[in-house]
Amino acid sequence: MSIILNHVSHIYSEGTADEVRALDDVSLEIADGEFLGLIGHTGSGKSTLVQHMNALLKPTSGQVLYNGEDIWAKGSDKARIRSKVGLVFQYPEYQLFETDVFTDVCFGPKNLGLSRVEAEARAYEALERMNFPKERWYMSPFDLSGGQKRRVAIAGVLAMKPEVLILDEPTAGLDPYGRRELLDMLKGLQRDEGLTVVLISHCMDDVAGYADRAVVMEKGKVFMNGTPAEVFFRHRELEEIGLGAPSVTYIMEKLAAAGFDVKTDVMNVEDAAKEIRGCLRI
Amino acid sequence: MFIETKNLVFEYIERDEEGNPTGVKRAVDDVSLQVKKGEFIAILGHNGSGKSTLAKQLNALLYPTEGSVFIDGMDSAEDENVIPIRQKVGMVFQNPDNQIIGTVVEEDVAFGPENLGVPTDEIRQRVDESLKVLGMYDLRLHSPNHLSGGQKQRVAIAGVVAMHPTCIILDESTAMLDPGGRAEVIRAARALNDVEEITVILITHYMDEIIYANRVFVMNEGKVVMQGSPEEVFSNVETLRALRLDLPVVTQLAESLRESGVKIPSGILTTERLIEELKKCR
Amino acid sequence: MFKDITLGQFYQADSVMHSLDPRTKLVGTFLYIIALFIANDAAAMAAAVVFLCIAIALSRVPASFMFRGMKGIALILLLTVGFNIFLTPGVPIWTWGPLKVTAEGLRSAAFLACRLVLLISGTSVMTLTTTPNSLTDAMESLLLPLTHIKVPVHEIALMMSIALRFIPILMEETDKIMKAQMARGADFESGNFMKRAKSMVPILVPLFVSAFRRASDLAMAMEARCYSGGEGRTKLKPLKYGRGDVVAYIVQIAFVAAVILL
Repeated sequence: MSIILNHVSHIYSEGTADEVRALDDVSLEIADGEFLGLIGHTGSGKSTLVQHMNALLKPTSGQVLYNGEDIWAKGSDKARIRSKVGLVFQYPEYQLFETDVFTDVCFGPKNLGLSRVEAEARAYEALERMNFPKERWYMSPFDLSGGQKRRVAIAGVLAMKPEVLILDEPTAGLDPYGRRELLDMLKGLQRDEGLTVVLISHCMDDVAGYADRAVVMEKGKVFMNGTPAEVFFRHRELEEIGLGAPSVTYIMEKLAAAGFDVKTDVMNVEDAAKEIRGCLRI
Repeated sequence: MFIETKNLVFEYIERDEEGNPTGVKRAVDDVSLQVKKGEFIAILGHNGSGKSTLAKQLNALLYPTEGSVFIDGMDSAEDENVIPIRQKVGMVFQNPDNQIIGTVVEEDVAFGPENLGVPTDEIRQRVDESLKVLGMYDLRLHSPNHLSGGQKQRVAIAGVVAMHPTCIILDESTAMLDPGGRAEVIRAARALNDVEEITVILITHYMDEIIYANRVFVMNEGKVVMQGSPEEVFSNVETLRALRLDLPVVTQLAESLRESGVKIPSGILTTERLIEELKKCR
Repeated sequence: MFKDITLGQFYQADSVMHSLDPRTKLVGTFLYIIALFIANDAAAMAAAVVFLCIAIALSRVPASFMFRGMKGIALILLLTVGFNIFLTPGVPIWTWGPLKVTAEGLRSAAFLACRLVLLISGTSVMTLTTTPNSLTDAMESLLLPLTHIKVPVHEIALMMSIALRFIPILMEETDKIMKAQMARGADFESGNFMKRAKSMVPILVPLFVSAFRRASDLAMAMEARCYSGGEGRTKLKPLKYGRGDVVAYIVQIAFVAAVILL
């Protein structure tokens, strides 16, 4: 039980004409070590939701608990919570500012009050874990390619040694190879190091392929919550709110409609191929 | 021939932080290609493969270092051809926010015709027409800041259409959009190609957007390494993988079946085609 | 939530004032301000009040909107009135300890207060009925003669309208960068002045980098759409004087003449 949101609501510009209820009575639990996919279209409240998880936004009502403690209780240490729950914003490369990559990654650990040696040790480890090529460690971050900048930015959050890593659309704008590489790396962090990962994504294929659990947000509420198989099984409802299922699911549905005796709740290419071969008896 | 490049080479000088030259980067390397009026062309390639640089050559935003570019018979190296070329070949960029100039939708669409010195009455006519074609007429008096990503890109496309171009280049215009926005933009591009007979050059990472193209160019390290119909290009699975490119999900599934002995041809791009082929195997 | 910030304070309505050419309103406001400073007796002030009331009535903007701007200057108004009442030398009509109220003081305080209130509400009539964009257009058109002495009028106007478009975007971006750095443990709230100033670096550097990137993207997009300076450009909405503008100019000139003569 690492993060618990208890009836959390958030209203922007409360009491003015522009009042927006971005979160509406959201209750959600994120378990230690899970890989959670957070789905919802633009404006569904998912970005507002994750900013509550590391105390960047204060709920208008309701509570956020991290390991059992209320993060907005009097005297709670928000800096510590932000270091334990790392948040990587969309297009995180825009937060880089130091003269070289290594110093930029040190920024987070230094803010935690660690000694220089310790901060550098953490930056070293984080860049290694992100598989960032050594010959570029002392280059200006502004001279890197888009994909490399993004890795540096993620390393900057990893260097704070978070227990939970939240990423808002980390693959936006990357090419297919870069996307897969990054997602594999995140999966590795979760599997090998026990990190809890929360992935905000528009891409149903990514959620189906990587997440243990999928949460769908719609109009500030939790619309669905379950394993990817459970969630995508109800893809008709998802379509009604402008989302959908992984591409493979649709292919299998068309096959079934064309008279092939295949299961349609399949979410990846390997399972789909197996299913079709079974049906063709090959 | 509407667009013709002959042995096109583009080089730029790389500089370090102090501005000292460190080397020469060959971004486009000996590209000879031809595009006919009314074609729908897709250009594929991983980040940094030179596809955006090539696109900028096609509307005289960049000039050849060696070789030449002819647009409708006009040499892009001649100064007096620059404005006519840019009028004929319009460009829509990646970031929706950074290409809208006006503070009101219709004023932005008018920007191109205003620059061309089109008379006021005709500007009004062109603005209304192109906003209607893109389905943005009802929002013509809105501020672009309040539009969704897909709507902003449609405004940008309308701004190009109002210049009455022969060709529109979409330079990764879908990369920053959510699936809904991407669908909006692709639908618009296809409609312009079908109905208005505007030549479309679509630069993208998303493989599922390519199946609508008449012809696909694949770029790597500044060179065009493959070209042909989508079926032809996607039949070369191994080459595509080596070039860090992905396959559409249907194609992946078909390949996986083919590799495990199901007798279907390679280069299957649609579910309908897959069903057709699988029916033959039963 | 910065998206919703509207610059200026345009009030959408369909009125005579809204339909006037922005140049008329800009020139009118200018003349009105000059008149306010020429006016030095009660009759002239009364003329200004009448002029303003007519303008407000023609603008169809609710009075509450009009006087919202007053809140901001209430304190300044109070202070200057106070200073004028008590510190103007002359014939005392009332004394209390060291404080003296003079007849001259009362008079100049009353005039000053009138002027300030009339000034603020008068300019509000213009900004409430004219979009920032058409104001930019009006300025470009009125300052055009300055092109002869090499003032880049078109470029300045274009810069202003681009700034109007990008200020909300950059505000939103600042908010995002700030949050991203807070997520990396940055602290913008504690410490002395120097420490706080230093803590701004992680915000300002990315903000400038992004502003420059946006600027270069925008320049590229403008070039792609055949922009090549102000020469030979036409306009979707060229400024055109109508019959109303002629009337407005006559009224304005009559008003200034009245103030001078009264």
